[in-house]
Amino acid sequence: MLNLDHVSGGYDGQPVVQDIHFSVSPGEFFGILGPNGSGKTTLMKMISGLIPCMSGSIQLNNQNIRHFSRKALAKKMAVLPQLTAHTFSYTVRETVALGRYAHHEGFFQTWTPEDEHVLQTVMAQTNITAFKHEAVQELSGGEQQRVFLAQALAQQPNLLLLDEPTNHLDLAYQKNLLDLLKKGAEQEGLTVVSIFHDLNLASLYCDRLLLLHEGRERALATPDGVLTEDLIQEVYQAEVKKHPHPEVAKPQMYLLPDEAETTEEVTIGPSMLDIRPEHITLTAPIPLRTISSGVCGAGIGWHRDFVNRHVLCDYNCSDPEGEMRDYLERNGFDTSRTVGMMTAVQMEDAAYGVWENDYISVFTVVTAGTGNATDSARAAGQTRPAVQGTINIWLFVNGYVTEDAFIQAIMTATEAKAQALRELGIKDETTGTIATGTSTDSILVAATQQGETLPYAGTATELGQLIGKSVYAETKKAIQRYQAG
Amino acid sequence: MSIRNFLKSNDAFAYALALAFLVIAMLTAISVGSVAVPVSDIVKIIGAHVFRLPIADQVDSMYVTIVSQIRLPRVLLAGFVGASLAIAGAAFQGLLRNPLADPYILGVSSGASVGAVTTLFFNISIPLLGFYTLPVISIAAALLTILLVLFFARRVDRTMRVETIILTGIIFSSFLGSLISLIIALTGDELQQIMGWLLGSVSMRGWSHIGIIVPFFIVGSLLLLMNSRELNAMSFGEERAQHLGVDVERRKLVILVAGSILTGAAVAVSGAIGFVGLVIPHLTRRLWGPDHVHLLPLSILTGAGFLMLTDLISRTIISPTILPIGVITALIGAPVFAVILMKQRKNA
Repeated sequence: MLNLDHVSGGYDGQPVVQDIHFSVSPGEFFGILGPNGSGKTTLMKMISGLIPCMSGSIQLNNQNIRHFSRKALAKKMAVLPQLTAHTFSYTVRETVALGRYAHHEGFFQTWTPEDEHVLQTVMAQTNITAFKHEAVQELSGGEQQRVFLAQALAQQPNLLLLDEPTNHLDLAYQKNLLDLLKKGAEQEGLTVVSIFHDLNLASLYCDRLLLLHEGRERALATPDGVLTEDLIQEVYQAEVKKHPHPEVAKPQMYLLPDEAETTEEVTIGPSMLDIRPEHITLTAPIPLRTISSGVCGAGIGWHRDFVNRHVLCDYNCSDPEGEMRDYLERNGFDTSRTVGMMTAVQMEDAAYGVWENDYISVFTVVTAGTGNATDSARAAGQTRPAVQGTINIWLFVNGYVTEDAFIQAIMTATEAKAQALRELGIKDETTGTIATGTSTDSILVAATQQGETLPYAGTATELGQLIGKSVYAETKKAIQRYQAG
Repeated sequence: MSIRNFLKSNDAFAYALALAFLVIAMLTAISVGSVAVPVSDIVKIIGAHVFRLPIADQVDSMYVTIVSQIRLPRVLLAGFVGASLAIAGAAFQGLLRNPLADPYILGVSSGASVGAVTTLFFNISIPLLGFYTLPVISIAAALLTILLVLFFARRVDRTMRVETIILTGIIFSSFLGSLISLIIALTGDELQQIMGWLLGSVSMRGWSHIGIIVPFFIVGSLLLLMNSRELNAMSFGEERAQHLGVDVERRKLVILVAGSILTGAAVAVSGAIGFVGLVIPHLTRRLWGPDHVHLLPLSILTGAGFLMLTDLISRTIISPTILPIGVITALIGAPVFAVILMKQRKNA
């Protein structure tokens, strides 16, 4: 479709982009990225034929674009410009109809039924038919952009070039525009080459990305290949973190702001714990990175308040999460920053302690009841009251915990809990075998993300050993108190 | 807005209205004067000329002389000058995406004036061109001026903002104006007549001047009319026009040449008449929309009628003194210029 063969070009004899080499296949959605001044727009102008190549050549359908007349080129390739102010108030229809210019020959150009058909089709596609008689200037930015997209589509191009198409557009318009283009690429084989300012939008919509740096190709690959922390950090000179999109198999990049002032080192410990008959709470002075199961606030996130609530043995509610939220709000907690758990265990039976070595400290809080004890290897899915006997483990790590380490911490804690139950001889009443936990256990691992970076939390590491020992010891203590109580 | 939408949705109505305006303006301008000629007689006289019939006996022979020898050529000349300046203005505005671009404001008229004054006072006559030496030199000077103005404006400001182009035009206008004064001072005499000519007039020109302007009017207008779609595309910017398939460099040159032909020829026969190229396209665009396919022909009709009426005012308002026509157009045009400028600044 489009081939760039070692292309260089620029202005006034000074090359701005150098030695760019790539091909785009039909129906591909191809993104061009790069910081300001990296030559994105210059490259785009060269592809659209506005400025000539100094060396190399650009081919469209295996023919050098220099050999096309302007009209012939406009029938193959259309450009959606950045939104600019216009002097004269053409109507939407007049503006879109200009897209047919290249399809007219001779001095006495007549408007054919085919022109009219194309016009109606593209206006319907871009959803602008309703205001075809209005002046373009009087429309919103998003609507104007759709009008110019319709104008470009009226050229019936095989290749559509876009220069930051979503600039100045509202969120919903950005999505609508790109969805429309993606649909065109997928359903009608329209090839799209677009400059993107927004790495995350580029990642979501593009099949491949070209990353430009100082006029040269720095990377050319799938979004996953181009959007790496190292590359983006190097090219954009900004610290970023890569994370998968929660719903789509594409990467997203998150900016890391410089910390305004060096925040005071925080150590989570018993002084922040508040044990009452109705609940145990811990309020951290800063948001903690958390991974947890529980009734609300579960999953991965950042939280400051942690609540383990006492409920009666016969607690039965069709919507425990909603009921829990109500409870938290009644007690003055902001549910957006709170992880909430439940247990029927008496709160004063909770066991907790700080476990530390020279570098790391872990604060562990356990409430345990074993009325529900289950052997996970033999569990038959017995239905029992949901909260009668539950082991809730909170692990607060004072350090920087990586994602790996979070998962290993959960593994290690679970193994330690199982070991505690084994040593206490807690049995699954149905199977008669040693239990590995209860059917409703919850766990929370929270980290301050300050100080020492802790890449692993397996049992071979110091963090893993602290977690293992503390969970084992506190769980044992808690079960013993439960049994005594 | 609703009136405008109605007007815009009805092309035939637009042309009918513009044509009616032109005919009424023409008949009024011929009829009114120190001797009033009845409209019915005017129709008979013109009809006889057009169809080469003997003039009906009941028409007063004095009327025939006044209409055929004085008023008709004068009104027609005003019409052709008005039409030329209006369509040239509309084209310059579309090309430069600037509703304030007008041959007079851009300095093109001044350039043409320098060409015309030089020709007149040094009695230049190019062999073969003969009679057409004056318009040809005016046109060449007009073209040279617009190219220089655009060149300097681009050197000052690559984006060619409205203000830059206008400022450059004003600088060129005053420089060229001084040049004309210098030429006049050097030649010494006939100052009064030259000043009158510089402010623009269509009086005492006769049929020969119509012979001068008509071929240039036809060529220039046809060139522009053939580029109306291109002008539409270029109204959205030169890059946009290229993306739409317009051969911008070639079309731009054609439009600039055509605009210069029209301006140069108009200046050669009537002097520098300002603001017609500003007011008429502006008015036409407001009424019928910016589509050049209609804007250009409608500007021709309206511009012709407008200058016929302006000429009528200039020779009757403080009769028997005849005001230069440029005084009236400036009195109307300058406030319009100010209003457009203020509106533009508000939008920006």
